[in-house]
Amino acid sequence: MIGTLETGYGVWSALYWLLGLVVLFIIVYFIYSLGGKTVKASGDKGKPFLSGNEMEKEKIHVKASNIYWGFTEALKSYYTPLKGGHTGNINDYVSWFVVVLAIVLILAGGL
Amino acid sequence: MINEHLPALIIGIPLLAAFATPLISKINDKLRNIFVIGILGATLCLVISLAFNVFNNGIFVYVMGAKSPGLTLPSGYKMPVRIILEVDGMSIFMAIITSIVSLLGAIYSWAFMHKETGKDKYYTLLLILAAGMFGMEFTGDMFNFFVFLEITSIAACGLVGFRINRGESSEAAFKTMVMYTLGALFVLFAIGILYGEYDALNIATLASRIRYTMLDKIALGLLVTGLAMKAGAVPMHMWVPDAYAEAPAPITMILVANSQASLYGLFRVCFTLYGLTISTYTLGWIIIILGVLSMFIGVTMALIQKKIKRLMAYHAISQTGYMLLGVGVGLAVLSDANALNTYGLKAMEGGIFHIMNHAMYKGLLFLTAGAVIYATGKRNLNELGGLAHKMKFTAIFFIIGAAAIAGLPPFNGFASKLIIYESVYKFNPMLSVIAMLVSILTLASFVKVFQSAFLGPEIIEVKKEPKSMIFAMLCLSVIIIAFGLFPDIVVDKIVAPAANALVNSMQYIAAILGGA
Amino acid sequence: MIDNLPFIACAILVILGLYTLTFKRNLIKIVIGLNLVESGVNLFLITLGYKSNAVAPIYTMAAKEEMVLPTPQALTLTSIVIGLATTALILSFTILIYKHYKTIDASKVRRLRE
Repeated sequence: MIGTLETGYGVWSALYWLLGLVVLFIIVYFIYSLGGKTVKASGDKGKPFLSGNEMEKEKIHVKASNIYWGFTEALKSYYTPLKGGHTGNINDYVSWFVVVLAIVLILAGGL
Repeated sequence: MINEHLPALIIGIPLLAAFATPLISKINDKLRNIFVIGILGATLCLVISLAFNVFNNGIFVYVMGAKSPGLTLPSGYKMPVRIILEVDGMSIFMAIITSIVSLLGAIYSWAFMHKETGKDKYYTLLLILAAGMFGMEFTGDMFNFFVFLEITSIAACGLVGFRINRGESSEAAFKTMVMYTLGALFVLFAIGILYGEYDALNIATLASRIRYTMLDKIALGLLVTGLAMKAGAVPMHMWVPDAYAEAPAPITMILVANSQASLYGLFRVCFTLYGLTISTYTLGWIIIILGVLSMFIGVTMALIQKKIKRLMAYHAISQTGYMLLGVGVGLAVLSDANALNTYGLKAMEGGIFHIMNHAMYKGLLFLTAGAVIYATGKRNLNELGGLAHKMKFTAIFFIIGAAAIAGLPPFNGFASKLIIYESVYKFNPMLSVIAMLVSILTLASFVKVFQSAFLGPEIIEVKKEPKSMIFAMLCLSVIIIAFGLFPDIVVDKIVAPAANALVNSMQYIAAILGGA
Repeated sequence: MIDNLPFIACAILVILGLYTLTFKRNLIKIVIGLNLVESGVNLFLITLGYKSNAVAPIYTMAAKEEMVLPTPQALTLTSIVIGLATTALILSFTILIYKHYKTIDASKVRRLRE
């Protein structure tokens, strides 16, 4: 069958996957169509809020550096040395190269 | 007639055209663009016809300026002395990637570089870069490999530092050039050691003579480190975000292919040159560890980036880790025939398939980033927002690229990553778990880019993206979706021959030495 | 031991170059360090083909004497040309960096980091 890929443990076929997705979509759409339209969009509904205050639409856009704030804050002890390591100094680039060269030579020499 | 000289033509046509480009530039800018695109299109056709030749007839050996590679002395002593181009499944696989990427890069450049000056030099360097990559992939000679490596280094750094009005791009070019040159010099040192020991520069001859002395080990270490550095393995990756972020977007796409060409060199050295003589278990683990480090540190650094192209550059490092992991597992079990057949070869197929997928979707992502920078003039994600209102096409292409890199079905990234997960799991479950975790973090960071750049209210002025840029992105998207829907055809037709070519290094040697 | 002296000299040159690349902050000195590594490698290649009391490998009008191995010389010549190109390019980048940053101190030329 075209589109069936042997993956070493089993098989993968994107076409079957798409077929499943279509079936799933039909079921979901069927359930969705059973519901009645009771919500009326009027008044304050649909206006942008931030912490309970109504804001300008332009101001509620979450900036990129705020998105994973919690993640980076929790992993601060990992990120601080990692950021510190990327100094942007060409001497450090070369030192890393020399260090890896030494390690590889030792490992390759021992095998 | 033309069929006999295909490898030489594929290297020679872009190289000669490169030096004709400034002359044609004098006549007309448009004519020059058409000329460059035409040359790269012709090269793509030649590569495809060579590919059919290689897949049907096996390894293609081309000797520069003579009929046979060898020179027979009156005493009956035979040795290959001439410059040889040897094209096997792996070489042609890399050449297909290179030719597609450089053609689309030239098409994209038409509109992208429209307002810049010095375009004649830009296209000259682009063609030289393409020729150098073809040379690296086709050559059967170690010193030739070094020469082509340096050709790509010089052309690539000239292009990274192309925008001399920005101090940052000069800085990036300087750092990249120092690293590239240093790596290439150590490669040359290793070639010198091998030449001094075995009196040959030809890869096949060297591979048949290598005895694995202490000097060979030193040469192996130098080659692996130098080439892994140019491929961008952590912790020698720091030049990658600098260079990729500062180069013009189409060039960044070609730089990805350039890094992969040196990845090819690394695999060629490990498998063909040293694969016959040594137990490659430790070497395999060195490459696996480099790969895992690249995957993990690359993706965690990408998560906190604020500049759009720098973020994608860190992802390029992270994805290189997958290729190193897949092929490294194959290398570690190379001498164990049972393990190689159950999962090693599959892992290599996954890694090699990922090379092609990566070139396509990372190229697409860099092109969308280029379109964003072109349309807004801003590189910082914090200043972007609501681009999807005006740049609908770019937004769609970005979704396709991001889904492919994060390994969401049914795109091509999923197919290759699935092969890597499943076959690596049999080798060592922990590696597979790390690979999946990295995939999740990749998705997370592209969600961040999509949310902050494309969604939200319109907060900045946006130009519409020109047609030639849309066309290049569309081609890549079509390739990504086609590879995602029919991965089996790609794997059977072009990936499996490449993996087999690496594993059966005996064939590569026999093609030159005539079964000796 | 005395035969290995040229090789030891090459190794010392390469190590000196690496030292310069790692510890000197002046960008021009970094370029010099790169050239030191390159000279070490080039000398190593030349040393490989050396033969004492031999003449240059030029066949035209040559006497019937022993010649040194020509291949390493061809390699070195190529490598020198490549080295010239890289040095020229890299120095021109240094000039541009000085124009934009008004310094060539490597610890200050690092707007691209993290």
